[in-house]
Amino acid sequence: MLGKTFKGGVHLEYCKELTANKPIGRVSLPAEVTIPLLQSAGAACVPTIKTGDVVEQGALIADSEKLISAPIHSPVSGKVKAIKKTSHPVVGACVSIVITPDREKSEENFFKDRQNVDDIEPEDIIKAVRLCGIVGLGGAAFPTHIKLSPPKNKSIDTFILNGAECEPCLTCDDRMMQEKPEQIINGAFLIMKATGIKNGIIAIEDNKPQAISAMKLVLDTIKSNKQFSLADKHSLRVITLRTKYPQGSEKQLIKALLRREVPPSKLPFDVGCIVENVQTAYAVYEAVYYHKPLYERVITVTGDAIAKPANLLVKIGTPVSHIIQHCGGVEGELGKLIIGGPMMGLAQYTNDVPVVKAVSGILALSKESARIDAQEYCIRCGKCKESCPVNLIPTDIAKAAECGNFDIATTLNATDCIECGCCSYVCPSHIPLVQLIKHAKRSIACQI
Amino acid sequence: MPDMIYVTSSPHIHSGESVKKIMWAVFIALIPAGLWGVYAYGFKALYLMVASILTCVITEALILKLRKRPVVISDGSAALTGLLLAYNVSPDIPVWTICIGAVFAIAIAKQAFGGLGRNIFNPALAARAFLMASWPTYMVTFQNPRWSADALTSATPLTNLKHGFGLANPTYLDLLIGNRGGCIGEVCIAALIIGAIFLLYKRYISLRIPASFILTVALLSWAFMGKGLFQGDALFYIMNGGLILGAFFMATDYVTSPITKKGKIVFGIMCGVLTFAIRKWGGYPEGVCYSILIMNAATPIIERHTKPGRFGKG
Repeated sequence: MLGKTFKGGVHLEYCKELTANKPIGRVSLPAEVTIPLLQSAGAACVPTIKTGDVVEQGALIADSEKLISAPIHSPVSGKVKAIKKTSHPVVGACVSIVITPDREKSEENFFKDRQNVDDIEPEDIIKAVRLCGIVGLGGAAFPTHIKLSPPKNKSIDTFILNGAECEPCLTCDDRMMQEKPEQIINGAFLIMKATGIKNGIIAIEDNKPQAISAMKLVLDTIKSNKQFSLADKHSLRVITLRTKYPQGSEKQLIKALLRREVPPSKLPFDVGCIVENVQTAYAVYEAVYYHKPLYERVITVTGDAIAKPANLLVKIGTPVSHIIQHCGGVEGELGKLIIGGPMMGLAQYTNDVPVVKAVSGILALSKESARIDAQEYCIRCGKCKESCPVNLIPTDIAKAAECGNFDIATTLNATDCIECGCCSYVCPSHIPLVQLIKHAKRSIACQI
Repeated sequence: MPDMIYVTSSPHIHSGESVKKIMWAVFIALIPAGLWGVYAYGFKALYLMVASILTCVITEALILKLRKRPVVISDGSAALTGLLLAYNVSPDIPVWTICIGAVFAIAIAKQAFGGLGRNIFNPALAARAFLMASWPTYMVTFQNPRWSADALTSATPLTNLKHGFGLANPTYLDLLIGNRGGCIGEVCIAALIIGAIFLLYKRYISLRIPASFILTVALLSWAFMGKGLFQGDALFYIMNGGLILGAFFMATDYVTSPITKKGKIVFGIMCGVLTFAIRKWGGYPEGVCYSILIMNAATPIIERHTKPGRFGKG
């Protein structure tokens, strides 16, 4: 029997019920879309169009020659209004392409013929993934075509489709697995074909029973019908994980499923794995079957300050303010606006930020929920250490960081921190441990 | 968009746990043992507890004020120190003695080192050691429960054994309910166990320190405390003295014990070895207090050598 969970971590209030049963809806077309040139890990793109150009939906608008980069496509048909510096939900500010959509021409659905992919070559899959600008949609936004081309000397035996969705409040991956299981699984088979991996695992936490049964049903149908040629050469099965945060984190997921530990500063392929998020697999499916570029994604809009929480398919570049409006606006007084989930999301200072490829959720908290508790002295209870999934002693690193002793922080392996937030969550003294460790990590990076 | 919103680092939710909750939970867990103390030794036990707690809280407030720090006494840490100090003294000592002990605990053992979370030694135990050195006669004069024939003064069962007074040993049942002479809070083993189970259930303490401490004492007592090798009465030595109180409520003090898992076990074993050594060869009949204090000093070095392995490096 395979291991079902990992060491450390915390059990959280998942508050997923707000949106878990809400089918994926659509957002109306905003007055303009703002597409930052930095959409993935690695290099920012350079515009391939200029102000005043008319672009079509799905047309290439920015690309880069750097290895670790992914091209960007227009989510709408319209006119390029400006190329200027705007706010960015992750990096603060970034040059962006602003497009005014042409309401008549911007399609809701992307119509292109379904391709026959039975005899597609692995290289063609990777090429399509690169052309369509696909990046990891779990949050890190690492260009997928790079992930699918691991160094030749690495032997990779397992593909993991990450449907853990351990971050509280978010339900977009859960809904996608319920509503598009066939497409996701086809995408997963394509990834396995592209990388030549025979053995695949779909990992889902046990708090998503509907997603588990939907995915299992599709797998069973494929197996019994033999209608899908890829299923002959590649095996794929669902493994249920015990719900615990941060199980969706790559290193923890690999540990839980395969009992393998990814060494510090190494990547999953160093222990023979490739991990992709379910929405990434869906995007790969659309890219290969329909040549559809990645210009929209499913996100969850939730929080106790959102009038009507929802799961929504949104175009990249849609302003957060527009999406919140679509969800009935803010109820009561807004305390905090977060891009992402409550454990790892980034607090925003304005709602005038666009959705980028890495955004999986928008969380609006009321004043009451956003309240900051007074910090007290560390009583060395050790709860932070017990909850740390990567064996750190967060309080020691935080104390070193507070005093500016970054060499001590280095010897305490501060750089191993995955910033999951467990330590801050459990700290009875309300010490901002993650913030202090992030500070240490950044300072250490600057020293090098 | 409102004018002012919070912009903070992640995470944006919290477990709701607080120092205050933990301290008061330990306080509550200790109450059953105290109730027995008052029942067995009379209201003077209660006076001592109240005097000790009040002195600790007032001293804490005064010193925080002098140090120009926010005066936080509602966190319960000073009150807890006061209660533990009272549990560690004979019900027979004068009230002024425990007040001096309480001032020592807060002013010297805790605040002089920087206050909550910074102290090296467990304040209540440091104060007990201080009282032991200053007024030894008061500290080693005990009394039997009110209903005993010779209620006035007597030795504890451990003193009896050590100095060969030749008194009859209490039965295990007497030891379990606390029908013996001893410190206010240490005698009723059943009440202490109930409190400990509550703390274990709340996950405020783990079994690592108490179990390794008690098992070490049991093993060594069984081996060396009897007439011949492996003829000692392990259960008698576990249930006597302050071992149960010390192992579950004082050795587990967060601030003064290691936070690493292996470190906790090393700490517990060493406490057990020292307790045994003091009981066997030391001048005092009881060694729990000193063994924990000595190990408090060793906590940083234990922690340094028991760091968890790096993730991905074996």
